Order: sequence, then C-alpha cells, then structure tokens
Amino acid sequence: MALEMRLPVARKPLSESLGRESKKHLVVPGDTITTDTGFMRGHGTYMGEEKLIASVAGSVERVNKLICVKALKTRYNGEVGDIVVGRITEVQQKRWKVETNSRLDSVLLLSSMNLPGGELAEVQAVFSDGAVSLHTRSLKYGKLGQGVLVQVSPSLVKRQKTHFHDLPCGASVILGNNGFIWVYPTPEHKEDDAGGFIANLEPVSLTDREVISRLRNCIVSLATQRMMLYDTSILYCYEASLPHQIKDILKPEIMEEIVMETRQRLLEQEG
Amino acid sequence: MAGLELLSDQGYRVDGRRAGELRKIQARMGVFAQADGSAYIEQGNTKALAVVYGPHEIRGSRARALPDRALVNCQYSSATFSTGERKRRPHGDRKSCEMGLQLRQTFEAAILTQLHPRSQIDIYVQVLQADGGTYAACVNAATLAVLDAGIPMRDFVCACSAGFVDGTALADLSHVEEAAGGPQLALALLPASGQIALLEMDARLHEDHLEQVLEAAARASRDVHTVLDRVVRQHVQEASVLLGD
Repeated sequence: MALEMRLPVARKPLSESLGRESKKHLVVPGDTITTDTGFMRGHGTYMGEEKLIASVAGSVERVNKLICVKALKTRYNGEVGDIVVGRITEVQQKRWKVETNSRLDSVLLLSSMNLPGGELAEVQAVFSDGAVSLHTRSLKYGKLGQGVLVQVSPSLVKRQKTHFHDLPCGASVILGNNGFIWVYPTPEHKEDDAGGFIANLEPVSLTDREVISRLRNCIVSLATQRMMLYDTSILYCYEASLPHQIKDILKPEIMEEIVMETRQRLLEQEG
Repeated sequence: MAGLELLSDQGYRVDGRRAGELRKIQARMGVFAQADGSAYIEQGNTKALAVVYGPHEIRGSRARALPDRALVNCQYSSATFSTGERKRRPHGDRKSCEMGLQLRQTFEAAILTQLHPRSQIDIYVQVLQADGGTYAACVNAATLAVLDAGIPMRDFVCACSAGFVDGTALADLSHVEEAAGGPQLALALLPASGQIALLEMDARLHEDHLEQVLEAAARASRDVHTVLDRVVRQHVQEASVLLGD
C-alpha cells in the first residue's frame, strides 16, 4: 500500500497571494462604531453608555440609518423563503426536529408536509427565539435519495434565485442556505407524480460516482479557501480539477492551484 | 529552592524579564475547520487550545434550558504531557471542575447570552503545555475562539496573573515563580470598560499591597488586549479579502 507523508511547512497567508487590501470598515468587539445616536442598531451591535459598540468581529454594514456588523462566520440564521437541507434528529408527536446548522433545531410540522420524510424544505416562519419552521411546499422538495452531503459555513453560500442546479458534468447539486450542500446523480426522468416518495435505491454507476466524488472534493476545497459557492464557481472548479486525480484535489498545493485558476476564470468572466 | 532569586537587585526576574513585562504571546484563530470557533495561544511556554461549539440546541436534558438566555458550558482539561512529570488527570477531577466553573463565570459575564435563548454554547479548553498562568492562557484562548465562532460578546476578555515579591508586583508569572509559594492573583478584565470579570487569589497578601498587585495585573491584561486585538484584526482582514468585496 502506498503511503504519503509530508513534513510541516510554513504557510503564507492566503490573502497575500491575492495582493488586495480590504476596503471595508472592520471592527472587533469593544470597538466604538459611532457616537452618533441617530442610528438604529442592528445585529452585531449593542448600546453601551451613549455609544454604539460592536459585539462581533466583522465588517460594518450601513443601510440608511441602520448599522449592523456582519460576523465572518456564524450559524445559520433562518429567513423566510430560504431553501435548506437538514437531517432529522428527533421525531415528536406532531412534528419533527431538523438539524440545520443553526442556533436551535428547526421544526417541521407534519401538517406542512406532503410526504412522510421531508428533508428538503423551505423556511416558512421564524420564531422569536430564532428557531425556524419549515414546510415542504411542493413535490420538488422532500426526502433526498442517494447522494453526498457536504457541510460548509452558511456565509459561503451565495443567495440566488434558484438553488437547484443540474451541472453539465452529470450530477446535480442543491445549495442549501444553511451551508448543507447535497450532491446527487441527476435523475434520468423527472417523475411528477410520486416525486421522491419512493426511495431510489438502484446502484449508482461508477462514472456518476466519480463525478460526485470529484464535485464533493471541489466544494470542500472552495470552502477551505473561503470562496463563495454558487453554480458557476463550482463548475469552473470542477473543470480546473479535471487534470488531477480525485484524491489529489485535497492536497494543499493542488487545492490552492485549482482555486486560483477558478478565481482567475471568474474574474475574467466578470470583467 | 532557597537560593533562587525571583527578583534580582537590578530588577530582573529569573527568565530575564522586568517586573511588569509580559511573556511573548502568539495566537492564531480558526485552527479547527470542524468546530464553530477555535483558537490556539502561546504565552511564553504555556500553550492552550480552545474550541467553541454553538449556539446550538441543548443536548441531554431539556429541563436545563433557560428561557431567556443561553447556557454556557465550559470544560477544562490538561494534557498528560503538559507538566514536567507525566500525570494522568481523569476528566471529572476537582481542579478541572473548578477551572471549568471559573471559565463559565468569566464568559457568562462577557457573552451576550440574552440574544440566544434556549440554546447552549460549549467552550472546551485544553492546556497542552503548562508553564504558569494557565487560567490566563485559557481565558485568552477561549476569547479568541468565541470571536471566531461569531458569538456576540460585550468586549474581549483578557486575563493575566500577577504576584508580589520583595515589595514589587510581578506580572505574568511563570511556573518557577508560582511554585515559589508567594501570593498569586489571577485577573480577567474587559478592557474597554475596565470591568473585572473574575478576580481570584488563594494565598495570603497584606491588604496594603492588594492595590499595587491589582494595578499590575490590570496593566498586564490591557497589554494582552493589545496583542489579541492585533491578531483578531489581522484575521478579519484576511478573511474579508478572501471572501471578496
């Protein structure tokens, strides 16, 4: 069996290779944001004496009279209309508890489900203490069949119009707003009647499995390098990784190279 | 050791520092990808690692959930190889429990728990190498880890230890100085407002000297704050650049 070992090497900070400076106003807890009392305070701030003080480390965002501090990394905060992917952790009398990487477990009421399995759901309401209530509104949502779950930070998932993407490489991906990403083989024929009611347990072909593994590694490497995740970035990363073997993608040097190339292509496409 | 001079005539300590001088501090945030927040700190030869999970749903008994604020749960553990002699420390022993309780009191004062009712925040600290000032290193590491997790806090919590030898207050005691048996004070401070989160001393000290020692500890804590502040700003700057503007 081949074994690979590597010795410790000093890392240089990732941002140096980008050579940019951040133009935002960055604060740490205890910093005074402003002494002007005309502003309304939002998330990440609190009122102390007569000053507005930051309570998390992040960037200040100012929208008209509202000031809030967006933390770098937080748990998922539910908002109405978000798509989430979760795992059922508990079954109670009339509802199910779903783990969605947020502050409290979300609830899925049996009355708001179409099928007895619903794991892909839409956020219907947010309770006052931050727990979210989910519902599976149409047959498009529901129990997920075979596939791979990747957990990343919620702040890395870009908010877009649609979160279901069928990638041309042969697999599909669902980007949950809570940072849970589901990669699965593209179903051959869309069945509109039962939907995901019948769990599809047929064995997945080797080529499909390779595509899914490669996608999963690409998503993990993008998340490690803290890049925003959306269908274009995942697709470019996949294409950039084709020359390498699937298991090599997770090695630090190759990861950096692939993500650098992805960044380059995205910049070219925009500018 | 009778012949060991903790403070020489010229004002130098055993390791060459001045009375109010801190040891070199190096810290890094975000060392564990799987935890919500993590940090590693080295204060001289004392090394501590802190990991934070949360806020998340209360595990175990639901009865412990507080309806208006979050529950802070701290656990302290010391590695077997952390001291000079290898010593196995079982998890529930008195020192670990007491440290855990002190850390919990410290962080309940600093974290804005009202924002997360019915949830739980777990802070796990492990000391990898103990060379004096373990409580201070744990608090400093835990502060960075809580910041890394994005949990709202009133302010940094910076801690430092202080002692008293020959009429002079010493800041940031090393193991040699602690083992000499003099009075030692541990202070955790919220620097911006100057409020004390925790003050602990279990030795005999004349009350006339208390103010001097407290002043030295407070000044040292503010110096620690300067270092930690720089570390956090650098980390936030780097992450902000990577995410793109």
